[in-house]
Amino acid sequence: MGGVTAPSPVEVEPTFDTDEIVRPATPWVTIVWNDPVNLMSYVTYVFRTYFGYDKRKAEKLMMEVHEDGRSVVSSGSREEMERDVQAMHEYGLWATMQREDQP
Amino acid sequence: MGAFTRHRRSGAVIATFSGFEADLLRSLASQIVELLHHEAAVPDDRDPLEALMDFSGPTTAPEDPVLARLFPTAYADDEEAAAEFRRFTEGTLREGKAKAAGTIIDTLEDAGLPDELREDGLTIDVEMDEPTAQTWMRSFTDIRLALATRLGVEDGDEEYWYSLPDDDPRAQAHDIYEWVGWLQETLVGALS
Repeated sequence: MGGVTAPSPVEVEPTFDTDEIVRPATPWVTIVWNDPVNLMSYVTYVFRTYFGYDKRKAEKLMMEVHEDGRSVVSSGSREEMERDVQAMHEYGLWATMQREDQP
Repeated sequence: MGAFTRHRRSGAVIATFSGFEADLLRSLASQIVELLHHEAAVPDDRDPLEALMDFSGPTTAPEDPVLARLFPTAYADDEEAAAEFRRFTEGTLREGKAKAAGTIIDTLEDAGLPDELREDGLTIDVEMDEPTAQTWMRSFTDIRLALATRLGVEDGDEEYWYSLPDDDPRAQAHDIYEWVGWLQETLVGALS
């Protein structure tokens, strides 16, 4: 950064360069896995109340869990995903987390 | 008896159980509490002072398959991260699940379930606000996960369970598992 000793102009135009914004390297994801116990209605209810998803999205994710065996239910920073996984475990859902690009 | 409904005017979640049903639910919830407290989260064969100064939780998955299912490994391919996650979360999760099961017991006893069920024809009316009903709903999951793990329930195995003779204890346990599932279904319906 140059010009740190120069007097500040009265008006400063923000000159953010998008490259300088610190962003998390790779987002993390929370995955919920199918199990033979949890009710479809319950899983949908958890997705609606915890994540605040609308009925349609919650049901779509629930069906993915049910039919594909797993579904990515949220993404974000590592800390956020740890919170989500802990919450899923509180609800008795089988959840894990990993980097988004991890197979 | 037993189905949960939403009271139209008060908004309370209500259900009526026979004394037998209420007693059975209390017994299931008590077993969860016992299980969660029985196998200590951190093995305590250490120096007492050392144990007192250590606020961390366990780092390896519980040996009991039920506990392993209640507290799954959060990172499938990263043992170190999984251990850290467990250390910081399992204690809290255990407490929360034990407390939720305790809520079932307290609600039933507040509704008039005696310490020991003696009389026939007793009915227990429970009436809960939404947060309490949600706690019941979560704890029903723990109860069902525990029963299913002990029984070895799998997807699409209903025929097997129905083929067992009525006096087979596993068939009886499976009936209870299904009953709690039905109760939970009505509870989710009442809350949705």
